[in-house]
Amino acid sequence: MTNSFFQHHQTAHCESGVISNLLGHYGLQISEPMAFGIGAGIFFGHLPFLKVNGVPGTTYRIWPGAIFQRVCKRLGVRMESEKFSTPEKGMQALDKVIEAGIPVGLQSGVYYLPYFPASYRFHFNAHNLVVYGKQDGQYLVSDPVMDTVTTIDPESLAQARFAKGFPAPKGKMYYPVHVPPSASFEKPIKAGIEQACHFMLKVPIPLFGVKGIRFLSKKVANYAENPGDRKATLYLGNIIRMQEEIGTGGAGFRFLYAAFLQEAAELLKKDELSRLAGELTKTGDLWRNFAFAAGRVCKSRSADNVSYKELSQMLLECAASEDAFFRKLAQVKW
Amino acid sequence: MKKEEVPQDSDNLHGGTFKQIMYAVDNSGNYVQVQSAGWEPENIAMDQAWEEVNERVKAARARVEAGEISPVAYYMEKNLMDLPLLASYVGKFQWQVKRHMKPGVFKKLSPKLLQRYADAFKVSLTDLLQIK
Repeated sequence: MTNSFFQHHQTAHCESGVISNLLGHYGLQISEPMAFGIGAGIFFGHLPFLKVNGVPGTTYRIWPGAIFQRVCKRLGVRMESEKFSTPEKGMQALDKVIEAGIPVGLQSGVYYLPYFPASYRFHFNAHNLVVYGKQDGQYLVSDPVMDTVTTIDPESLAQARFAKGFPAPKGKMYYPVHVPPSASFEKPIKAGIEQACHFMLKVPIPLFGVKGIRFLSKKVANYAENPGDRKATLYLGNIIRMQEEIGTGGAGFRFLYAAFLQEAAELLKKDELSRLAGELTKTGDLWRNFAFAAGRVCKSRSADNVSYKELSQMLLECAASEDAFFRKLAQVKW
Repeated sequence: MKKEEVPQDSDNLHGGTFKQIMYAVDNSGNYVQVQSAGWEPENIAMDQAWEEVNERVKAARARVEAGEISPVAYYMEKNLMDLPLLASYVGKFQWQVKRHMKPGVFKKLSPKLLQRYADAFKVSLTDLLQIK
C-alpha cells in the first residue's frame, strides 16, 4: 500500500496530530506542538463527580474538539463538520467525500479500532483519526498516534464512529473547505498563550487549572481513608494513565507545550519564551517524578498514610511550579 | 526530559510492537520527537486497570453460573461497559437493563431484545443465552 497521496506523520496527541496532518495536506505546514499551542491545549482539571467505571476523571488537556476549533478560527481555516443520525447515512457521506479525494477527520471510539493493541482499547470516544481513501473494501487510515498508515474494515469503522457513551461521536466527520495557503502565526500564538494562561490561572472554579492541581493534592492526602486503599490505587492508576498514556507525549502534555514555546520563540525571535520553555520542561520532570512515585504505590497495592502524604506534597510542588510558570508566561510583553 | 531519558520499558501488554511519540530535549536543548516503547508507571497503571477488569469479569461469571445474575451482567463487564453505557447501546433505561440482569426476567425477554443485547456485546444469540 502506498501513501503518496496523504502524508502521515506520527504525533503524540491525536487531536493536534490530525490538525497538523490535515492542514499539511493542503499546504499549510503547522507542527503538532504549534497546533497544540495555538489551540491552547494545555490545561488541568480534576472532576471527582465525573466517574468512569467508578474512578474520578483527571485531565491534563482542554476538552476534546477545543484545540481544533481554536486553531481553525485563529488561522482562518474553514471546516465542514457533520454528525449523523444513523451509521448508514454516516458511512455513505464518508464514501462520497473520500471519493472526491478529500481526506476526512473522524471522531471515533478507541474500543472499536482493531489496529490498536488490545490493552489500549477502553471505551474512550474522543479519539481522532483521518480516513484518506478506500481500497478493496477497506478504509485507508492515518491515525496520528500510530507510526504508519493502516487500514480498517467498514464494520469496525462504523462501530467506532457510532460508539455510544460520553462524548458520543455520532459519526462526526470534518474536513477543511478553505485553507489559506499561508498564515502568519504571530497573532494566533499570542492569542493561544493568553488563553492558556487564563484557563490555568483564572477560571473561578477550584477544580480547574493550578487550583485543580492543589485540589487533587488535598484529595490524594486523604486517599488512605477516602476512598481507602484498594480503590485508591485504582484512582492513582487513572491519574498516571491520563498523564502518561498515548496522546500525552508524557508528563501530561507539559513537554508538548514546552516544545510549542520553543518553536514560538524562534519564530517570533523572543528568547524569553525559550527560557520559559526550559522552565516548563522542569515542571514536566516534576510530573514524571510524581507518576513514578505513584506507580510504586500502585504496584505495592497498598500504602501507608505517609506515602499518600508524600504524593500529595509532590502534587503541591507541581502546582507551585505551574503557578509560577504561567504567571510569568502571562506577563510576557509583546 | 532528555532524549536519552525517554523510557523504553517495553511491556507484553503492548504486544511489543507499539511505539508512541514523546517530546524530549536533545543535547543542545532543543525539543525533538522520540519514539518510546512505554514507561514502567504507565505499564503498572495499565496492568492494574486490566486486572480490575478481569476480576470483575471472573466474579460476574461465577454469579451467572450460580444463577444469581443473567448473562447480561457478565457480558457488560466483559465488554468493559457500565450500566449507562450498556443502556444507551440497547436503547433502554438503566432500570430496565438492571431488571434484565435478573435471571428470571432475562429468560422471558423477547428474541428481538435478546438480539439487541447480542449485537451490543458482539456475540451470537447462543453465546448470549449460554456463556462460554
